[in-house]
Amino acid sequence: MNEAANPGIVFWVLSAIILVTGFMVVSLKNIFHCAIALVLCLSGVAGIFVLLGAEFLAGAQVLIYVGAVAILMIFGVMLTSNLAGKKIIATTSNAMVAFFATVLFGGGTIVTIFMTDVWRYSSESLPIDNVMFIGKLLMTEFMLPFEVVSVLLLAAMIGAIVLARDEES
Amino acid sequence: MNLQLPEYSLQVMSPEIFLFVWALLVITFDLITKRKSGTAVGYMTMLGLALTGAFLFQAGYGRGFGMMFFNDPMAIFFKVIFLGAAFMAVGSTFGITEKRIVNHRGEFYGLILMSTVGMMFLASSQELLSLYIGLELTTIPLYVLVSFFKDDKKSVESGIKYLIVGALSSALLIYGISFLYGLSGTTEINQMTINIAITHIQNETLGVALLMPIMLLLAGIGFKLALPPFHQWAPDVYEGAPTPIAAFLSVGSKAAGIVAFSKIMVMGLEVFHSPVMAPNDWGMMVALMAAGAMVWGNIAAIRQTNIKRMLAFSSIAQAGYIMVGMLAMNEYGQSSVGFYMFVYMFANMGAFAIVTIVEDQTGSCEISTFSGLSKSSPFFSAAMAIFMLSLAGIPPLAGFFAKYYVFAAAIAHAGQNNTTGWLYWLVGIGLLTTVFALYYYANIIKVSYFGKEASPFKLKAPLPAVIIIVIGLLGVFGFGLYPEPIIDFASNLSDYFKR
Repeated sequence: MNEAANPGIVFWVLSAIILVTGFMVVSLKNIFHCAIALVLCLSGVAGIFVLLGAEFLAGAQVLIYVGAVAILMIFGVMLTSNLAGKKIIATTSNAMVAFFATVLFGGGTIVTIFMTDVWRYSSESLPIDNVMFIGKLLMTEFMLPFEVVSVLLLAAMIGAIVLARDEES
Repeated sequence: MNLQLPEYSLQVMSPEIFLFVWALLVITFDLITKRKSGTAVGYMTMLGLALTGAFLFQAGYGRGFGMMFFNDPMAIFFKVIFLGAAFMAVGSTFGITEKRIVNHRGEFYGLILMSTVGMMFLASSQELLSLYIGLELTTIPLYVLVSFFKDDKKSVESGIKYLIVGALSSALLIYGISFLYGLSGTTEINQMTINIAITHIQNETLGVALLMPIMLLLAGIGFKLALPPFHQWAPDVYEGAPTPIAAFLSVGSKAAGIVAFSKIMVMGLEVFHSPVMAPNDWGMMVALMAAGAMVWGNIAAIRQTNIKRMLAFSSIAQAGYIMVGMLAMNEYGQSSVGFYMFVYMFANMGAFAIVTIVEDQTGSCEISTFSGLSKSSPFFSAAMAIFMLSLAGIPPLAGFFAKYYVFAAAIAHAGQNNTTGWLYWLVGIGLLTTVFALYYYANIIKVSYFGKEASPFKLKAPLPAVIIIVIGLLGVFGFGLYPEPIIDFASNLSDYFKR
């Protein structure tokens, strides 16, 4: 194990925020509160990325998940709750199933990560400007997947427009 | 800053580029004709797929973009299947696009083509990240295509179901991939195998660490292939989706899942399918899933009254048979899977094409609609009977040889190593469930031939649909009587095991 074994107080605070707000997302009754909790949860994940020295990922996390996805969800909730004319119930009736699934999944992850010591740590030190490093990789080694993602976005865009459009006929 | 571009040799990926450009052309063509393109846009799509097939053989084997893109025999073979499935699906859409999809024909066909591009890209990827992106490019257009009948509640409902299930399975898959990256330090599949094997020699706890990623990957791919216990979405989605799209899902999307399985599990983690690695011998887990698929798919299909739901359960069962071949980790295994998929394409696409015609003209997918159809439309009911018999695996149709090769490969493997005796059990279950399958496939024939009175419907089909049915019949008969060319072609798929 390297120094990650003792990650410091910031890590524990961030983890607590993520876990508590994550639990709030699935347990709160008001779907609007769930969406707010999700924003906090995703911000906590961004904090973890900063802690790991991955500023680019942290920035992307805030921009995409906090900035776009979560805000879009809040808008969606606000626009549809009046439309349907009734409250959306955000809790599940299968709490026991969810509990067992979580224990199994979480337990499996914990066992996998902490009971074994087979993970490959990079021996190189982190590049100072990792944004440039990522950009370089995307333009050389990972250029093809990068280009295909743009095809994917185009397909998603066309699909979204087709589904969302009013039919004039 | 110097950027060293990998050698990109666009030649090997010319089919994908061509098909993507053609998809854009199809969409634009529909727009500039002010949505009045009629059947022309459909024919244009079919032409594009045929031309891509020609490009495919001209592109040949080789690498592009460093290690990112690799046309090996398996990639080429499955690309033929993807293009064939898309071609046959598009051919049977003409009835629908004439009446029900009036405003967005271009997008409808364009999205089918883009999904096909995703499948082709997936088949050529040698690296987990691009494999994942290929899989996403395959499924995201399909979410839209499934819910394309916006005025039909069932279609929209099935679209949402497919979206949620698909998103969940993608999340499981990428989580499993991230574990593999943590274990190997690379996303390149061949290097990953080597790195994990080295770690295994140094450290015995690797077996524990691999259990979680293997389960995640199997769940993720299991959803895509609709293998039990991850199959519940398939009947609902097939029922609500436009019928040619259901057909494309059951052949194209399934073949894409099989390629992903073959790349990640068979090529990447083959080492861990052995008794030495007892705690995470994933072969056993897949065997249970395959057995579940064959048993549950065939039994549930018997109870269905809607033919689309019946074909959905039938395709779940067929995926089980394919997995039997996949588990035969010898040089016959992969080729038997390829041959099975190829033959399944003809029979299943043909059957769905007929269901499309029936639904188009009677407005119903109930099996009772087929009652007495042989008297009013002899050609279509005879064709349906032949497709059903091929799916059931009756000689001399191609479906029989497909099942035979799959089971033979599994038995050969079980005979080679005495630790995989459970493969005999799997083959036994397969043979037994084939008998159940005969019941519901034959039921369609019974209903259409021995219905009391002649059906009031006299089926008329647009020309492309008839051509598709004839192609299906030729495939089912031709490769049943003379399977050698495809078997020769498919036998290259196992080159991986000879290396």
